[in-house]
Amino acid sequence: MKIHEYQAKEVLRQFAVPTPRGSVCFSVDEAEAAARKLGGAAWVVKAQIHAGGRGKGGGVKVARSLPEVREYAEKILGMQLVTHQTGPEGQTVRRLLIEEGAQIAKEYYVGMVIDRGRQRVALMASSEGGMDIEEVAAHSPEKIHKVWIDPVAGLTDAEAEAIAKKIGIPDAAFAQARVCLQGLYRAFVEKDAMLAEINPLVLTADQRVIALDAKMNFDSNALYRHPEIVAFRDLDEEDPAEVEASKFDLSYISLDGNIGCLVNGAGLAMATMDIIKLYGGSPANFLDVGGGATKEKVTEAFKLMLKNPKLNAILVNIFGGIMKCDVIADGVVAAAREVHLKVPLIVRLEGTNVDLGKKILAQSGLAIIAASDMADAAQKVVAAAKGEN
Amino acid sequence: MSILINKNTRVMTQGMTGKVGQFHTLHSKNYANGANCFVAGVTPGKAGQSYEGIPVYNSVAEAKAQTGATVSVIYVPPPYAAAAIDEAVEAGLELVICITEGIPVHDMIRTRYKMQGKSTILVGPNCPGLITPDEIKIGIMPGHIHRKGRIGVVSRSGTLTYEAVWQLSELGMGQSSCVGIGGDPINGLKHLDVMKLFNDDPDTDAVIMVGEIGGNDEEECARWIRQNMQKPVVGFIAGITAPPGKRMGHAGAIISGGQGGAEDKLAVMEECGIHITRNPAEMGKVMKSIFKK
Repeated sequence: MKIHEYQAKEVLRQFAVPTPRGSVCFSVDEAEAAARKLGGAAWVVKAQIHAGGRGKGGGVKVARSLPEVREYAEKILGMQLVTHQTGPEGQTVRRLLIEEGAQIAKEYYVGMVIDRGRQRVALMASSEGGMDIEEVAAHSPEKIHKVWIDPVAGLTDAEAEAIAKKIGIPDAAFAQARVCLQGLYRAFVEKDAMLAEINPLVLTADQRVIALDAKMNFDSNALYRHPEIVAFRDLDEEDPAEVEASKFDLSYISLDGNIGCLVNGAGLAMATMDIIKLYGGSPANFLDVGGGATKEKVTEAFKLMLKNPKLNAILVNIFGGIMKCDVIADGVVAAAREVHLKVPLIVRLEGTNVDLGKKILAQSGLAIIAASDMADAAQKVVAAAKGEN
Repeated sequence: MSILINKNTRVMTQGMTGKVGQFHTLHSKNYANGANCFVAGVTPGKAGQSYEGIPVYNSVAEAKAQTGATVSVIYVPPPYAAAAIDEAVEAGLELVICITEGIPVHDMIRTRYKMQGKSTILVGPNCPGLITPDEIKIGIMPGHIHRKGRIGVVSRSGTLTYEAVWQLSELGMGQSSCVGIGGDPINGLKHLDVMKLFNDDPDTDAVIMVGEIGGNDEEECARWIRQNMQKPVVGFIAGITAPPGKRMGHAGAIISGGQGGAEDKLAVMEECGIHITRNPAEMGKVMKSIFKK
C-alpha cells in the first residue's frame, strides 16, 4: 500500500527522523494560511500524489512570498500531474504539502528495500542525492553503497556511521545521520514497510541532516496489525476498478487492451494475458479470482470487467484444483445471465469435475464459446475481439 | 524415485482442525499411500481430538515424538504461520511445507534468520505444496491430473503448475516429483535448490521450470544450469505483458527498480541453454520435442 509524502514524513518523525516543518493543505486559502503560520521567507509547495518525479512534472515549486504561495498552490491544485510513474494521463492533484524552505548544502540518497536473495532488509545510500536512483545504478553503480541488516541486531551504530562516511557526510554530522538511518530502519520494520526512500536526505547550510522528501510503501499482508497505516489510505490515488475489486477479495489490475480475462491463480492469470498477446490480442485486465471463488465472486468479476467501455470479448480460463469446474460453470452462467452479457464469452475449463462443468455451459442456452486448451482459447478470444466469429 | 518426499514419508498437519487444513488433509490422505503417510495433526490446546482417524497433538515436538513424523504441512492462518514454521524448525523436522498465503514479509525475514544453521528445509510459503505421483501428495494440488513418470516440475505458481503438469500428462509424460516453491519474496527452497535435487535424482530425466516476474531467482538458476545441469530443462516465465510497478497477485510478482522483467529472464535462460517457450500452452510440447530428437 502506498501513502503520500506528508504521511511518510509523519511516520518518520515518530522514529526521530528530522523533516522540514510543514502541513497538508486541500485549498489555496489553506496553503496561504499554512505558509503564514510557518513564517520565514521561502516555502516549498509540493503536489501530493502517489507517484515519483513530481518536480520534473511541475508539481514542486519554491515560493518567495505569500502571494507566490497562492499562485503556485492555485496552479498545482487540480492539475493533471504527468510524471514517468503516472502514465500519460497523469494524476489529479488534490492535496498540497506546504513546507518551510531549507538551505541545502548537499543532497544524498537513502533507500530501503527487501532483498529477496539475501532475505534481509537492504539499506542503500549514495552521494548522488536528488537524482533518479535507477540512473545512478545504471551508470555509476559504485556510487551506491549497501548494507544488509541483521534482523536481530538491527542497524548498528558502526554500520550507520560507516555508510554515512561512504556517502560523504561530514564527520560533524555523523551522529545526526546515524539517528536518521536508524530511525528509518526502525520505522521500516515496525510498520512493515516494503520500500522506503529519502531522496534527498540533505545536509543544510547550518549542518543539520533532514529528510527533504520521503516515500514509503507497506506490506498489504501486514496491514491487519497497522490500523494507523490503513488510515492513510487515499482512495483517490487508486484505480476505482482496483478499489472495487479489493472489496470482493479479487485481485484486479486495469490494462489498456480490449479482452477481459477471468482466471484463477496469479501465475495462470499472467500467462493468460501473455498468450492473448502472443496470438495478436490485447488484454484489458489482470484478474485473479483466487482459490475459493463463489458464484457471487464470479458475478462481481464480470461486472467489474464490463465497466470497461473498451471491453469487447471475455476469456475465462480456469484450472480447477480446489475450485471445482462445475461450481465455476454455474457461476459463469449465472453471471452471464445477470449482467445480460453482450460481448462474446470464451471459456476454457480444466481440472476437477471438468466434464460436469462443460455440460453446464453447453446446456445453459447461452452463446458461450468453449475452448479445449489455452492456445485454442486465446485464438478464439482474439478472433472474437476482432469481430471474426 | 523422487525428490524430497515418497510413499514412506510421514507427515503431520499444522492447523489440521481448521476448515482448510481439514479439507486438504482429507484429500491428501485419500491420495495414493496417503492413509499411511498422514499420521498426525497439531493444534495447540486440542490434543486428544482426532480427525478422520488422525490424532491431534498440542505441539510439533509431541507429534514427532508420538508418531515419528519428520515432515509437516502448514495451513495455519497468516498471522500465526511464521511462528508455526519456527516451531517445526525448533522441533528438528526434516521438511516443512507452508501452504499459507499472505504471511507478512518481515515475519518471514525473522523466520528465515532463525533457520540459519538448522537442517530443516522449508518449501513455501504461499505454495501449492509437493507431490510424487502415485505415492504421496502434500498440499492443495488436484492429484488426478498427475501421472507417474520421469519429468520434474518446479514452479513459483499454483494453477500454472497444474497447467504444466496437465500438458505433460496429456502428452503421455509422467512426473517424478512436482514442487511448488511459492510466490512470496522471502521463501525457502528456490528454483536453484530444487533444480540441484532433480539433477541428482536418478529417476528424473528432464525438468520443466516455471517462473514469473520479480526477483532474479530464475536467472541464478539458469546460470547454474549452464555450468552443471546434466538434463534438459524447459522454461516458461509468466508476465511478459505485466506493467512495471504493479503487483500481480503474488507478493513477489512485481517488476521494480528495472529488475524482474520476463523478457530479461527469458533472455538469460535461453543463453544458458534452457529450452524456453513464450507460449504457456506449449510447455509440454516443447518437452515432448526434446525426447523426439
